[in-house]
Amino acid sequence: MGAIYRREMGAFFTSGVAYVFLTVFTLLSGIFFFFGVIASGTTETSPLFSSMFIVVLFLIPILTMKLLSEEKKNRTDQGLLTAPIGLWSIVLGKYFAALTLFIIAESVVFIYAGILAYLGDVVWPSLLGNYFAMLFLGAAFISVGLFISSLTENQMAAAVASMLALFVLYLFDSLASNVSVEFIRKIMLSFSFYSRYLEFTHGVFNLTSVVFFVSTAFIFNFLTVRVLDKRRWG
Amino acid sequence: MIEVRNLTKRYGDKQAVNDISFKVEKGEILGFLGPNGAGKSTTMNMLTGYISSTSGQILVNGVDILEDPIKAKSNIGYLPEIPPLYVDMTVDAYLGFMYDLKKCKLPRKAHLKEICDLCKISNVRSRLIRNLSKGYKQRVGLAQALINNPPVLILDEPTVGLDPNQIIEIRTLIKKLGKNHTVILSSHILPEIQAVCDRIIIINKGVVAADGTAEEIARNITNEHKMTLRIEGSTHTADDKKEIAAALRQLDGIKYVRADMEREKGIYDYDVEADEKTDVRRAVNQLCRDKGWNILMLQLSDLTLEDIFLKITMGDIMPGAEKAEKPAKDKPKFDLDIKDGELVATEVEEEAKEALEENLPADQSFADDDNKGGEE
Repeated sequence: MGAIYRREMGAFFTSGVAYVFLTVFTLLSGIFFFFGVIASGTTETSPLFSSMFIVVLFLIPILTMKLLSEEKKNRTDQGLLTAPIGLWSIVLGKYFAALTLFIIAESVVFIYAGILAYLGDVVWPSLLGNYFAMLFLGAAFISVGLFISSLTENQMAAAVASMLALFVLYLFDSLASNVSVEFIRKIMLSFSFYSRYLEFTHGVFNLTSVVFFVSTAFIFNFLTVRVLDKRRWG
Repeated sequence: MIEVRNLTKRYGDKQAVNDISFKVEKGEILGFLGPNGAGKSTTMNMLTGYISSTSGQILVNGVDILEDPIKAKSNIGYLPEIPPLYVDMTVDAYLGFMYDLKKCKLPRKAHLKEICDLCKISNVRSRLIRNLSKGYKQRVGLAQALINNPPVLILDEPTVGLDPNQIIEIRTLIKKLGKNHTVILSSHILPEIQAVCDRIIIINKGVVAADGTAEEIARNITNEHKMTLRIEGSTHTADDKKEIAAALRQLDGIKYVRADMEREKGIYDYDVEADEKTDVRRAVNQLCRDKGWNILMLQLSDLTLEDIFLKITMGDIMPGAEKAEKPAKDKPKFDLDIKDGELVATEVEEEAKEALEENLPADQSFADDDNKGGEE
């Protein structure tokens, strides 16, 4: 796992994906920080985080798109799958590399916290709650993107499909409100990433939501392992 | 070292590999020979655990590759058909990555240096793999397979893309590695297999068509001694040809005579096949002396690997050969084993021999077509 993790981290930077991701993330979060927090004269960072949901949604597929699709296309998966390591090591190595880059990007909020500390009092509980909420959200989204990357050889297809999949997850709330059957609506709402995330930005640190995000990440990583395994049996 | 039992791979209806069994001992260099699409790469991919088999068993060093893949894989160094190179890395970074991936415990710097020297890539270690020539990429691929000094090396067409000098170098290297590794390599380049391998398995249409050393296979594919004779008759006309051919056929032990082209004016060549037991050369000589003919040339033409390969792999596309293919479909044509230094051939071989004999008429008519009037 360590070898794959280090290689992926290196590849993020040599391919330039890391720079694009970090730049766009910092730029957009900076804009939201300025207009949502500084300009409204508050030190409460929740508006920043609620706006970042959609940014994360569109940026994460860029991180995950070529993690597995390119291996398949360049036949380098042959090297990985014939090496004396398990499938979980391959998947988790890649998963944690993407997650690390996401955490690096997300940690830009601590710079904002420094600015806020200069201007007034930082609302630390809210900021830290939101920080971890976004971390769990990213953890779940990355696993979805990685899973979709394992299904195709084309990284653009992987990126578009991942954005679409995450967007559908985002729309679950509005879709659910149009469903008249109570039972189905409840199920749909319980799968809603957005309302769970929003809950955090409102200052509620809900443990079931944390469990939800973590188990989503686990399930999709598990499915990715299954995809790699199934390919051998094709 | 490697044991394969009844290995089968199906893709949907397509039978890619059908019931292959063989065994490779330590220190043996085994060559997989076969036309494109015969199932060589599929077999190798199964041996290395990249794909699974539909049925059958693979034991690497006694470990089943499906039961304990990690342990089995740690015994194998694999160079696939397309080397699994990350083109955005330098050679050094890539080899370092493979070193970590294989959890190699050997001293890092010394081990990598040794491998780079062995594969002659020391001068490109700091370059991006993307910018290397095909030959260098191939050698980096080979270097990657050698990391952690695995007892088994599986090389899928290792010399593709190399220039003649490099090919010789790599062959020498493989021979050297074969002394303390088990090597399986595939190729469709016949001289390469002949130059490097101790033993050859010919795969055709997913089945083992022949297994043994080149000599063994040759001996078993044809029990006749073939030779080409050039005999000068008395009249220097086509009548000579008929007379000589008829007379040769009368000799003991000669199974087959075919008059070939007129090579010199009024003088013809004759392809003669005799059974293995009798040496017919003296009898032929005697015959010619009695009749007043002159032997101008006598050339023994034992089968080369190329002949064997063509005979085995082309046999089934010749007209009338479908019948011959049938018995061989489920079983390998030849199943050779060396026991106590003696060649033990199973009964399968009998069928194969029959099959070949059935093949002969087709063979003949085929040859006659471009024979410009050659006659029996």
